[in-house]
Amino acid sequence: MTLMQKFLASAAAATLCAGAAVAEPALIFDLGGKFDKSFNEAAFAGAKRWADETGETFREIELQSEAQREQALRRFAENGNNPIVMTGFAFGNVLGEVAPDYPDTKFAIIDMVVDAPNVRSVVFNEHEGSYLVGMMAAMASESGTVGFIGGMDIPLIRKFACGYVQGVKAVNPDATVIQNMTGTTPAAWNDPVKGSELTKSQISQGADVVYAAAGGTGVGVLQTAADEGILSVGVDSNQNYLHPGKVLTSMLKRVDNAVYDAMTAGTDLETGINVMGVANGGIGYAMDDYNAELISEEMKAAADEAAAKISSGELTVHDYMSDNACPVE
Amino acid sequence: MDRMPAWADAVLVPLISLLLAAFLSALVIIAIGENPIDAFKLMVDGALMRSSGWGYTLYYATNFIFTGLAVAVAFHARMFNIGGEGQAMIGGLGVALVCLYIPWPHWSLALLGSCLGAAIFGAAWALIPAYLQARRGSHIVITTIMFNFIAAAFLNYVLVNLLRPVGAMDPATAKFPEATHLPTFQDMFSTAASPMFRGAPANVTFFLALLACLLVWLLIWRTRLGYEIRALGHSEPAARYAGINPVRTVIIAMLISGGLAGLMSVNTTQGEAERLILNSIEGAGFIGIAVALMGRNHPLGVLLAAMLFGFLYQGGAELALWTNIPRELIVVIQALVILFTGALDNMVRIPLERIFLAFRRGNS
Repeated sequence: MTLMQKFLASAAAATLCAGAAVAEPALIFDLGGKFDKSFNEAAFAGAKRWADETGETFREIELQSEAQREQALRRFAENGNNPIVMTGFAFGNVLGEVAPDYPDTKFAIIDMVVDAPNVRSVVFNEHEGSYLVGMMAAMASESGTVGFIGGMDIPLIRKFACGYVQGVKAVNPDATVIQNMTGTTPAAWNDPVKGSELTKSQISQGADVVYAAAGGTGVGVLQTAADEGILSVGVDSNQNYLHPGKVLTSMLKRVDNAVYDAMTAGTDLETGINVMGVANGGIGYAMDDYNAELISEEMKAAADEAAAKISSGELTVHDYMSDNACPVE
Repeated sequence: MDRMPAWADAVLVPLISLLLAAFLSALVIIAIGENPIDAFKLMVDGALMRSSGWGYTLYYATNFIFTGLAVAVAFHARMFNIGGEGQAMIGGLGVALVCLYIPWPHWSLALLGSCLGAAIFGAAWALIPAYLQARRGSHIVITTIMFNFIAAAFLNYVLVNLLRPVGAMDPATAKFPEATHLPTFQDMFSTAASPMFRGAPANVTFFLALLACLLVWLLIWRTRLGYEIRALGHSEPAARYAGINPVRTVIIAMLISGGLAGLMSVNTTQGEAERLILNSIEGAGFIGIAVALMGRNHPLGVLLAAMLFGFLYQGGAELALWTNIPRELIVVIQALVILFTGALDNMVRIPLERIFLAFRRGNS
C-alpha cells in the first residue's frame, strides 16, 4: 500500500479542491467533452442535480486520449471514489479488464453492457425514441421529405437512424428520408459547421424537418434549421430551448436520470443490466413551453399511442444493432 | 566563425524556449485562478515520481519517437511528411490483420510479424504520395495530408463493415488472441513484493523505439543510402550531378518514413489496446512533426523531445484528473510548448547567437 499512501499524500498536498471526501463518486466524460449540449452534458446535469440536492461533491474528468480511459478508471478507483460512472460505449472493453481488479468499487457504464459482478450496465432503447420523433417529424412535414443527420458513422447512430425511418414510414409510407453522417472520425461528434452544411444540403433536397443525432454537431444543425425556417429535432438532452418555436421536439435519452440514480444509490449501487426504454421512462420525447405550439393534438395522440404500444410490447421497433441491418431505407 | 557553440545550439536554445513556454503557461493558469506552482508539481509528481506515471510517460514517448523519426528521415531528403497520422493508422490495420489471422505461438514471433505488417502497411500508404512527388511533382505536403483523411475514411469502412464483431457497438476489431499480447513494463519489472508500473501501458515496444533511434542514426550518417538522402536534401541538382537518382531516393526515404510511422501502431494497437480501435493514433502523427523539429531531426534529439512530450501528455492527464483546469487549457499549454520549441525557434536562436558573437568579439 505504499504506492497508494504516497499518492494520497501527494494528491492531498497538491489538490486544489480542499477536503476530498473518501466515498466521493466520480464521473468520466467521453472524448466528446462535457459541454456538448447533448449526451455528456446530460450526464453532467444528472451529477449536478445529485450534488445540488445532497450538497456532496463529485470528481470528474474529460478524457483527452484513449489511453486515459484505463488510467482514469484506475486512478479514481485507487483514490477511493465510489461509484465511478462513465458515459459511452467506448469504455466497455477497458472496464471489463479494470472492474475485476477493484471488487469493492462499483462502476456504472452507460450505453454498453459489461458483464462483471460490480458493474451496472445502463443501456437505452434509442430506436424506440427515434421511432416516436420520426412519427412526429413525418406528421409535421409538409413536403413529405425529412432529414436525418448522424454524427460519426457507427452502429449506434445507424440504430437511431433506423428507428427514425421506421417511425416516418409508419405515418407516411411514401415519405423520403435523406440520411447523412457527418463523418467517419470522432471529430464528427463536434463539427457544428459541417452539421450546418449538411442541413443546408438536405433543405435544398426538400427536407423540412431534420433530426440530428450527432452530439455537438447537432448544435449547428439546429441553428441552421432555425435560420432557414424549417423544423429540427434535438437529441439526448431536451434541446427545445435552443431555438424556441423552431425545434419540433427532442428525443430524450435520460442519461441524467441514469447518472443521478447511480450517484444516489452510492456504494449500494445495484449491479447488472438496466435497460431504459419508453416503458420505464428512460426514453421519450420532450414537451415544454418552447414547442407547445408546434405539436398538434393529433401528433401527440399518435406518438403517445405508439409509445403505449411499445411499452406493452404490441409494437416492436426494429433494432439495427440486433442484426446490423435496417428493414426500411 | 559566426556561429554559436554546438552545445548552446543543442541545449540552450530548446531550454530557453521551454522556459518561455512554461512562463506563458503559468500566466494562463494564473488567469483562470489556479496556482501554477501546484499545477507544475502535480504534473511532475504524476508523470515522473511514480513508476506507473513513468509507464504512461514512456508509453506516449514511444509513439512520439516513431512518428518523430518518421518526420526526421523524410526531412533529411527535404520531404515534409505530414502524413504520419494516416500512415500510422494504416500501419495499425497491418498489425490487426497479422495478429488476428495468423495463429502465433509466442508474443516475440507475433511482435516480429506485427512489426513487419505495420511497417509494410505504413510504407505502402506513403508510397503513393512519394510516387506522385517524385514523378509528377505533386507537393508532398498536400498529398500526405489528404491521405490522412483517406486513411481515416478507409479505416472506418474496414472497421465498421469488415472487422467489427457482429453486434459490437465500438468500431473496433475483436480482441487479439492471448498469445499476441506484448509484455508490459508491469510484467517485466514487477516482483511480488514491489509492484511496478501498475496498470501502465508502456510495453516492450519502447525498446523497439530505442532500437529504431539507433538504426535511423546508422542509416542517415553511416550508410550510402543515408548519404544519398542527405545529399538530395541539400541540393537536388548537385545530387543528380553526383549520380544520385532523385526519384529512387525520394521514394525510398518516404517508404522508410511511412514504415516508421506505421510502427507506432504496434505500441498503441498490439501493446496497449490489444485490438484495433478507430482513433488509436490521436494526433501522434502531428506531434511527431513538433518532436522532429525540436529534436533537430537527430535521433537523440527526437528521443529527448519525445520524452518531453510524453511528460506533457501524462502530466496533462494528471492535471485533468485532480484539478479544475479544463482540458482545453491543457491543450493550450501543450500547444505553447510546441509553438516555442518548434515554430518560434529562431526567436530565441537569433538573439542568442548575437549575444554569443558579441561576447566573442569582446574577448578577442
